[in-house]
Amino acid sequence: MHRVEKVRGNAIPLNRADVDTDQIIPAKHLKRIERTGFGPFAFEAWRQDPDFVVNNPAYKDAPILLARQNFGSGSSREHAVWAIEGLGVQAVIAPSFADIFKNNCSKVGLLTIELPQADLDWLMARAEETPAAEIEVDLPSQTVRAGASWERHFEIDPFVKHRLLNGLDDIGLTLQHGDDITKFEEQRSDLKPRTLAAT
Amino acid sequence: MAPKTIIEKIWDQHVVREEAGQPDLLYVDLHLVHEVTSPQAFESMRLQNRKVRRPDLTFATVDHNVPTINRDLPNPDPLSDQQIRVLRENCHATGIPLFDIFNINQGIVHVIGPEQGLTQPGMTIVCGDSHTSTHGAMGALAFGIGTSEVEHVLATQTLPQLKPKTMSVEVTGTLSPGVTAKDVILEILQTIGVDGGIGHVIEYRGEVIRSLSMEGRMTICNMSIEGGARAGLVAPDDTTFAYLKGRKYAPQGEAWDRAVEEWRALATDEGAVFDKYVTLRGEDIVPTVTWGTNPAQSVSVTATVPDPESFETPQKREGAERSLKYMDLKAGTRIEDIAIDRVFLGSCTNSRIEDLRSAAKIVEGRKVAPTVTAMVVPGSGLVKKQAEEEGLDQIFVEAGFEWRDPGCSMCLGMNPDILLPGERSASTSNRNFEGRQGPGGRTHLVSPEMAAAAAIVGHFVDVREWVK
Ligand code: SF4
Repeated sequence: MHRVEKVRGNAIPLNRADVDTDQIIPAKHLKRIERTGFGPFAFEAWRQDPDFVVNNPAYKDAPILLARQNFGSGSSREHAVWAIEGLGVQAVIAPSFADIFKNNCSKVGLLTIELPQADLDWLMARAEETPAAEIEVDLPSQTVRAGASWERHFEIDPFVKHRLLNGLDDIGLTLQHGDDITKFEEQRSDLKPRTLAAT
Repeated sequence: MAPKTIIEKIWDQHVVREEAGQPDLLYVDLHLVHEVTSPQAFESMRLQNRKVRRPDLTFATVDHNVPTINRDLPNPDPLSDQQIRVLRENCHATGIPLFDIFNINQGIVHVIGPEQGLTQPGMTIVCGDSHTSTHGAMGALAFGIGTSEVEHVLATQTLPQLKPKTMSVEVTGTLSPGVTAKDVILEILQTIGVDGGIGHVIEYRGEVIRSLSMEGRMTICNMSIEGGARAGLVAPDDTTFAYLKGRKYAPQGEAWDRAVEEWRALATDEGAVFDKYVTLRGEDIVPTVTWGTNPAQSVSVTATVPDPESFETPQKREGAERSLKYMDLKAGTRIEDIAIDRVFLGSCTNSRIEDLRSAAKIVEGRKVAPTVTAMVVPGSGLVKKQAEEEGLDQIFVEAGFEWRDPGCSMCLGMNPDILLPGERSASTSNRNFEGRQGPGGRTHLVSPEMAAAAAIVGHFVDVREWVK
């Protein structure tokens, strides 16, 4: 995974709640066997509408996405994270995220930042009024800054933060505990099914 | 020892390693794999030279994009065909058993796990699919994961996980005739909302849950994710054991007795405390139809489409307005006056033998309305076979339903089974998101009985009148 420390730039105000993963990347695009190339299909149905915010050239290549609560609900498809990354987004700010989506983001290196509803109201209005207005997300100090005087602290799981800051591969970390896994397996109940036993 | 919930008991039994400030490392008893969310994981394993640690705790099938018709012909979709082929090659190279497309056992991953007896109480089960929560019906802790986590489990048979919060959802009393498990979960979702379960695992409790068959419990646990919960489960009891006994992968003989003893001990202890409690009365639950574009937007079949103004928050009002616009519905329209074009009986929510039996009962001796196209997609090859042995296929076909081969089909529209733009369906699946069943398609979620009745009359109808 790549390292994440700071994200700075303007933000796309996606002023909708409960944005589900079927909107982020429709199922018909899940047939690819690669991890890349999903960006052009992100929000495909909504992009049919020329007024949809993601189509607005003023937000092209914006590294931050603002959204409402329960962002990324629905399917476990990591393709949704790849699609958002494919748009050039490196951080999503919303009042809450669906569990699996948030987890997937943390594995890939897309920052998910939770701020209260009222802060999103303010950031959203600002990004709508001034599309070029910049936001800075600083992971080491866990702060979001917008302008000279607006600053908010955000919470993040300390282990996720550690992994993101150092670009650590989760699997590599777990493999270091191979002995613990073997020990666990030795005392595992013999009653549990094995898929190869009866085929 | 402090009293524990079933969720904490299963969790504690699977912790490989814990360290302050880090997520627990959890052992995975069963990893289910399908064609759509796995290719990138296998590819990355190859690049890093990593081996599948426990092919004997892993199982694969093809379901999401398989055609449900003309399987003996070449797959009309080269990308789907490639995805299926890649899974076959990956399983072959790593020794993971696979129910391939012509195997009689092939089916939707969440139907075949319990059906084969692979899903057992007290297990941890993961799959690169959010509806893995279905397996919780057997008393397992089962949750969906993304592709990076699929790779993690393939390589280590473990997952680093933050301990979830616990939520008790109790449904008391009894259900009226014509009211099903699907209506129960739609009502629960309306109560907790689409994000009420975030960060939680739900234990479903109470007399109504206890009285449900395993199929009904699977329908409920299946849609836990629609309330934002990672997982949902039901403590195992005699109904669970009766369902499991004799299945292919279930313990046999002396091992069975030992297993049942262990499983009984999983039940939540008297006095255990949950982080959140919700209680519903079974008597209040009615046949339910979704009117919007998320599964919590539903009403009684006898009600009308709600007025967006009636919702408390501006966000909800705006959401309802957007939903009604997409669904092309007007506030105040009677649900029973909504005409439908398509009926889909299938998906991991409602495609098991009991679902098909109860739908067939409604359909028997009647004809599908001339304005409606209806299809039945059994959840697995075994469900299909069983239904054919019972003559259910004949009932459906004579009524004018199409009788298809097993798979996800129109639940997510990855294969040719999709709604056309503007078409309206009564669907037994779990998601009514915009475009879920095909771009521009409009989905109403209902029980199998309600879907069957709607197919006959061409619009929604209160199935309670039919089962009197
Ligand atoms: S039937 Fe639908 S919800 Fe279930 S696994 Fe298939 S696509 Fe997912």
